Amino acid sequence: MTLELMPDIVLGTLLLLMAWGALYAPTRYDAMALFVAFGVVVALIWARLGAPDLALAEAAIGAGLTGVLLMQAARQLPAEVSVTGKRMPWFGSSLLFLVLTCAMFAAHILTDSSFKQAGIDTSATRLLGGPTVPEMVTAALPNSGVSYPVTAVLLNFRAWDTMLELLVLLLALTGVRQLYPGTPQHPRANTASSPQAWPVLLSWARFLAPLLVLLGGFLLWRGASGPGGAFQAGALLASAAVMLRLTGLLPPLRWSSFLLRLTVILGALLFLGVALASLAFGDGWLVYPTQWAGALIIVIELAATLSIAVTLSLLVIGESEDLAS
Amino acid sequence: MTGLQLYLILGAAVFLLGLHALLMTTDSIRRLIAVNLMGAGIFLIMVALAGRISPPDPVLHALVVTGLVVAISATAFALRLITAAARIDSGQSAIPDKASRLASKTLSDVAEDSRP
Repeated sequence: MTLELMPDIVLGTLLLLMAWGALYAPTRYDAMALFVAFGVVVALIWARLGAPDLALAEAAIGAGLTGVLLMQAARQLPAEVSVTGKRMPWFGSSLLFLVLTCAMFAAHILTDSSFKQAGIDTSATRLLGGPTVPEMVTAALPNSGVSYPVTAVLLNFRAWDTMLELLVLLLALTGVRQLYPGTPQHPRANTASSPQAWPVLLSWARFLAPLLVLLGGFLLWRGASGPGGAFQAGALLASAAVMLRLTGLLPPLRWSSFLLRLTVILGALLFLGVALASLAFGDGWLVYPTQWAGALIIVIELAATLSIAVTLSLLVIGESEDLAS
Repeated sequence: MTGLQLYLILGAAVFLLGLHALLMTTDSIRRLIAVNLMGAGIFLIMVALAGRISPPDPVLHALVVTGLVVAISATAFALRLITAAARIDSGQSAIPDKASRLASKTLSDVAEDSRP
């Protein structure tokens, strides 16, 4: 154990404390606040582990939007039936089991020779003596249209994942919309809610929202050559929309508007279009022609950013006014 | 102990902590948080494994970015189902038309509610 591990040990201790608090804090609000704090610690750990993309995404999604979601849901729920006060019969034995399992895992990792020399051993990713997957990514990077490997993987080499992920977002939104059928009964109930927000909050929201939009645009542009990309940009735009909507500065995002519905499906639609076109005229499903790859990736990212931003905002703050058709 | 080993153990610990809470608590919000913690533990293990080489493995990072977005959409949907179920339990309709006035409260109301 060296001095270099000190930050990791501090972060790890914080992580475990926050996780424990998020699960067993006395009140539900404490648990939620600690879960948001857990998200912040996780974002710090991603930064420490050399994954700035993940740190950005986690800070916006895991720490920000999830917190809003939980608070939003909690105030609609009845008070919690006592959880921590009740005696759990198996609590002690299951805790013992937990600690033992973790200790066994730790013992295995600490003694297994393949984990001993981190940074040198790559045998797990080497397939039958061929090049490792990261080596293949590095080799194919010049033909991918972007110069940052994570973006290249997301939007070129494994574009399938990203397309299906956009469809998962759509699926979640469709599921949420099932709970809000028909026309809203109070079409103007929400528009007058802005005076209730604190003045400080209002001015902060007015100050932060343009900055968030600017930052989102920067991350989208930056994604081609460095950490950033469609998800981080979409999450930032969504958080700007959520903030403005919560303070009443933004009118309801109406599902009945054609433009909104188009934006929601734009990303998936464009992705499918590119996939079909590359299947019909190119080398196969989602195999971009090399000279067009850069332009295609930028267009897809732009559409995906807008779709992700609108879908996430609707998922997080959509009420019957926003979601009913 | 290296950083890799530390983070692998941490990931497993967070996963098990989440699993434990999922099995032991009854409040649906806490169980949802528990599932999210289990996901975070898995992500931690994946990113730790990605860091075995330098520069880190971009494929695993991309998978975790995808996983984060899928996790939040699943969480959002689950929370809507939880609130709908709570409405049914309290005798209201699952469809929140009547409840929309309650739902349109602003942040200041939430702060009032949460104040002890």
